[in-house]
Amino acid sequence: MIEPTRMSAVELINQMSAGHLSAEEVTRAYIDRIDRLDRSVKSFLLFDPESALTVARSIDQKRRNGEHLGPLAGVPIALKDNLCTPGLPTTCGSRMLQNFRPPYEATVIRKLREADAVFIGKTNMDEFAMGSSTENSAYGATCNPWDLERIPGGSSGGSAASVAADFAPLSIGSDTGGSIRQPAALCGIVGLKPTYGRVSRYGLIAFASSLDQIGPFAHDLADTSLLLQVISGHDPHDATSVDSPVPDYLATLEKPPERLRIGLVREFFSEGLDPEIEAAVREAVRLYVGAGATVKDVSLPHSKYGTAAYYIVAPAECSSNLARYDGTIFGHRAADWSPRTPEEAEIPPLIRMMMASRAEGFGAEVKRRIMLGTFALSAGYADQYYNQALKVRRLIRNDFDAAFADVDVLIGPTTPTAAFKLGEKAADPLAMYLSDIYTITTNLAGIPGLSIPCGLTKSGLPIGLQLMAPAFAEENLLRTARVFERQTDWHTRRPSLA
Amino acid sequence: MSLTRDDVTKVAFLARLQLEPHELDTFTGQLNSIMDFVAQLQEPDTADIEPLAHGVEIHNVFREDRAVPSLTREAALSNAPKRNQESFLVPVVLD
Amino acid sequence: MDYTIIIGLEIHVQLQTESKMFSASGTAFGLPPNTQTDPVSLGLPGTLPVMNRKAFDLALKTAMALGATISRFTKWDRKNYYYPDLPKNYQISQYDLPFSLGGSLDIPAQKEGSGGGQCRLTRVHLEEDTGKLTHGVGGWSEVDLNRAGIPLLEIVSEPDIRNAADARACLEELRLTLIYLGVSDCEMQEGSLRCDANVNLHIQKDGKTIATPIVEIKNLNSFRSVERALEYEAERQYAKWQKDGLTIKDAFKETRGWSDPEGITKPQRQKETAADYRYFPEPDLVPVVVDDAWLDRVRATIGELPGPRRKRFETEFGLTPYDANVLVEQGQDVADYFETLAKTAGDAKLASNWIQQDVMRILSERKLKLAEFPIKIEVLGDLLRRVHIKALSTHQGREVLAKLLESDESLEQIIEAGGYGVISDRNALSKVIEEMIAANPKAMEDLKGGKKKPDAVKGFLRGQVMKATGGKADPSLVGDLLDERLANVQD
Repeated sequence: MIEPTRMSAVELINQMSAGHLSAEEVTRAYIDRIDRLDRSVKSFLLFDPESALTVARSIDQKRRNGEHLGPLAGVPIALKDNLCTPGLPTTCGSRMLQNFRPPYEATVIRKLREADAVFIGKTNMDEFAMGSSTENSAYGATCNPWDLERIPGGSSGGSAASVAADFAPLSIGSDTGGSIRQPAALCGIVGLKPTYGRVSRYGLIAFASSLDQIGPFAHDLADTSLLLQVISGHDPHDATSVDSPVPDYLATLEKPPERLRIGLVREFFSEGLDPEIEAAVREAVRLYVGAGATVKDVSLPHSKYGTAAYYIVAPAECSSNLARYDGTIFGHRAADWSPRTPEEAEIPPLIRMMMASRAEGFGAEVKRRIMLGTFALSAGYADQYYNQALKVRRLIRNDFDAAFADVDVLIGPTTPTAAFKLGEKAADPLAMYLSDIYTITTNLAGIPGLSIPCGLTKSGLPIGLQLMAPAFAEENLLRTARVFERQTDWHTRRPSLA
Repeated sequence: MSLTRDDVTKVAFLARLQLEPHELDTFTGQLNSIMDFVAQLQEPDTADIEPLAHGVEIHNVFREDRAVPSLTREAALSNAPKRNQESFLVPVVLD
Repeated sequence: MDYTIIIGLEIHVQLQTESKMFSASGTAFGLPPNTQTDPVSLGLPGTLPVMNRKAFDLALKTAMALGATISRFTKWDRKNYYYPDLPKNYQISQYDLPFSLGGSLDIPAQKEGSGGGQCRLTRVHLEEDTGKLTHGVGGWSEVDLNRAGIPLLEIVSEPDIRNAADARACLEELRLTLIYLGVSDCEMQEGSLRCDANVNLHIQKDGKTIATPIVEIKNLNSFRSVERALEYEAERQYAKWQKDGLTIKDAFKETRGWSDPEGITKPQRQKETAADYRYFPEPDLVPVVVDDAWLDRVRATIGELPGPRRKRFETEFGLTPYDANVLVEQGQDVADYFETLAKTAGDAKLASNWIQQDVMRILSERKLKLAEFPIKIEVLGDLLRRVHIKALSTHQGREVLAKLLESDESLEQIIEAGGYGVISDRNALSKVIEEMIAANPKAMEDLKGGKKKPDAVKGFLRGQVMKATGGKADPSLVGDLLDERLANVQD
């Protein structure tokens, strides 16, 4: 039998239900691997082997008792640290929430717990999910398991790296402008941002509420389908979660798509796209043609404004969402807020306390976005920036609607380049923002986007293929991706971590 | 669009962020380059375009008016940076 | 001194729901601090608001009753400002598309001649209430979030009110309307009804109108303070203008707080130098679309409002405007009680009197609510019917009522045991009158001799008859019979 840590979640479930492996053995195998290797990857902020083993043993006991077991029974899963886990630290990668322990449970966490998944730990992330490299974490960067000198992508870099390094077969991330798909691409795994409203956001610490969506990471599409199914569905605690039935994604995954009409997004093959990535995507297109797909060029003419619209809408919402961190009800409070200048002495102590606490609690990128968003919403500028960005957002969605009139799935690269070096873009926020250029528009449009491994660069770095579908067409999106996965072995490749 | 150091100071106060002088310089430069970048938003014709503010366009989502037991006071105050027996404490508010 | 006071009101009303506007903790008043919270109303990271359907229904009901136009499409916005009683540092409110526009408040007619008109409304919108701050000791303030998230209706009026008494009357009438609608308990002391007033003066000088700077008065926590503060503020503004001559063009709106013990308004520290609320659509909540069926459903729940009810009590029941108003102002339960009692008794005026004099007195003596009144309304109605048909005198009626309150016996039993009843048989009473005349010869002599006036003799004899019959003789019949009998004696 192969190592449990090389098995997919579906294989682990089969092995455990057949009695060949216990949840405890599986969990212990992952714990051992994390113990050995995470010191170089640094994917976890919270790693609690004892709790994981306790849960695993209780699942084994339930199995022995013949009790009902959930669909993820005994499968270890890593959780992005912006999901509220009751009583457990939930830091959001920020100093602001270093000591925050939520007195309530995120809906996705509840669903995973009820599915009998084993929580193996909470993963590193860019602070408040703002970033594309995980370097913005207050707790240090995570490294890409394929090259420890490179970034794993972000903001869900810890979750992506943990699956890529086989520290867990599954993990959960969140995606506001590409924060699942970009790290999935850079780490050579599958990452899905579901349709906005497919998965409840209750208990996900908000970055930009109209764009945030929780989604799965896994090595392959079967595991992705299984995990998506567990976390999807309407939640009365989230008014934006849509009340529509959740298909059995796993059951239909092997059925070939009824139609295979693929659109190739012209604007995604623009200046700045690495030729190696372009070549890998073009190869994927040839493979689809070989599988009987009709492929046509489509244009999303307003997608070129996507990054600009995003960097108004997301900061505007973030400036409001993050206003609550002021040292009053929860979060970091500065120890000293005495005035340092005569001007500051004019400010009431309460406001000085808030300003000092926020200054200490937030990192540079978070401050930058809060200021950007505050400015974009401020009197005299809101029409020019915020409202104009919302109109452009509508144009971007209209482009997708028009494109999906003729094709079922759009494809293109997930990222313009493979994983870059740690520190390479840290000093240039705008350059960092452009690494999400191909993923941002699906968040603005609210549609699902999927990244699957489709190659390796000459220097051995993973390449991601992005597939996009109309809202709530995840089932067809996964089946279409499966056409490619079935004929390739990129999803079986693993980094060599010694 | 050019934001001055003064503009950035005002925005920082509105956002309740205390900035060090060097941060103010860095942010002024960075915010200006971002604002230059987002100036392209003015290019497309949006005259008859409705803003799109939500991730999904649905309406009339309600909950029924049923109360559940409160969090315990200890749970409510559990993350308070400063508290007494019954309340959150903040530096005195003068009105 | 030739000026007009220009007053507009901004009223906040807590809606009477079981749970908060966007989350499920309760809405009680007066609980120990921070014992009525949930993750959403604490603004904890990751929490999301979900709209309370009943709060929206109550808001619709109120706006419709105030004659407002209901928007068919309405949405939620975030009003961003930092304050420790607002845990998220934004308030979920409504900005450019409130659920209701227009409408009006009645200004009841005043004795001295003002009022009698209407105050137009600008808008009504829904928002969430904030928590409460208490200034403690040692440089700290306490934050209590029990109130945070309770549904709040904001009613904004046009500056249509022209004197302080009208402002008070208008607010009192609104309170009565809201209580009739059952949307709020409107306790100003508990803060479930709160009012800020915007006031300035239009001063006539040399044929021109000069407007003084607008002042917003806060901390008005009783109807009386509304009236007093506005009176004070008008005088203060006039005196200030005489001194500095500043007009609306020279100064921003000022916020002043009313100090009830001192009887003055004082400048308040501004929360932010220049408010920039950075409103934008609340991404966590979806818009509301209201259709005809929904409006019809809500309209059907609006009962008769105080104004129409007063009129009906005058026309249908023949009450005086004074009585009609007293009964209507006591609240819907009293007005309903009156209607039932009037019908059972067959005498509206009698029912009105007995409610105002007896029922209310008993309730206040025993600290009871009307629903707890110990005598069933059918029984009281039966009692009043007997008084109305003169089977009992008013005096007897009150005695019976007192006995009903003290014993478990039925009305019939009490009347029978007490021997209550009215003798209204002419022959029987004539016989008693003759007996009394015979027994008191001096009375007739005094009358004949002109020593006493006929009314005095009549009064004396009537007293004797009542005494002889144990108070049961029909007093007006005795009077008639005595008139006849004594007329024969004179001359």
